[in-house]
Amino acid sequence: MMARIYITLKEGVLDPQGKIVQKSLQSIGFKEVSDVRVGKYIEVTLPDSLSKAEAEKKLEQMCKQLLANTIIENYSFNIVAKK
Amino acid sequence: MKWGIIVFPGSNCDHDCYHVLKHVLHQDAHFLWHKDTNLDSFDAVVLPGGFSYGDYLRTGAMAKFSPLMKSVVAFAKKGGWVLGICNGFQILLESALLPGAMLRNASLKFICDTVTLRVENTKNLFTHRYRKGEELRMPIAHMEGNYFIDEEGLKKLKDNNQIVFRYVQNPNGSLEDIAGITNDKGNVLGLMPHPERASESILGSQDGRRLFESAIHSLESNG
Repeated sequence: MMARIYITLKEGVLDPQGKIVQKSLQSIGFKEVSDVRVGKYIEVTLPDSLSKAEAEKKLEQMCKQLLANTIIENYSFNIVAKK
Repeated sequence: MKWGIIVFPGSNCDHDCYHVLKHVLHQDAHFLWHKDTNLDSFDAVVLPGGFSYGDYLRTGAMAKFSPLMKSVVAFAKKGGWVLGICNGFQILLESALLPGAMLRNASLKFICDTVTLRVENTKNLFTHRYRKGEELRMPIAHMEGNYFIDEEGLKKLKDNNQIVFRYVQNPNGSLEDIAGITNDKGNVLGLMPHPERASESILGSQDGRRLFESAIHSLESNG
């Protein structure tokens, strides 16, 4: 199985990168873009023998201990069958 | 005074720190590899600047799992003195020895410059040889120096006088111009500017030297 993990900056945390991307999008004609936030996407492969509950528990720990800095970032994930 | 300078894969200011401590200030300075574990005989440890683990994932995120960092956390909890400079500061934040986190510079650019700092707190073992309000010139060189902490955390920093250095002109977007903070006990200091690159007149500034001298003097007067 594979987990798709999304790390995003918390609301209220300034995202200078997102601001620049927003401006760039606007400058090439996408005037309707009112905000952009840039995050990270991580794929983690786990053995299929793990139950969904076990996998979720492990992914929680991975996010908390390493993948996200919860002072500034939120995380979410979903588990999919590996392609 | 026995100093340990931690070398992580990717540290690049370790020799600068060693040079200042050993050759300029005549201290008993030693390099420590990140796989070492024993800090028993040391008075202070320095986490130098650089790009530990290539800054992968987040600055300092990988280094906090180095074997030696477990010992550094225990050392700091027992009251041992810990100084984190630049990437060292980022590692201390990721290790939760200091509160808050670092964001990318507001300009999105790596900044290499010499900046003016203001000393905000001189009642600290690393800063008592400065005058409160004194302005210092020190180099900075970083991509992630944009300090962030939530409101509650900021209030604690202020209530406990943990903000030690502020930028006079904010170069990176750092919250409240914060350039350096201590933990609540005051035995752990992290700062983005490089005092070790400002400790000899030949390098343009000696303003960083008193930071190390403060610590040396603190230890001597503690006996």
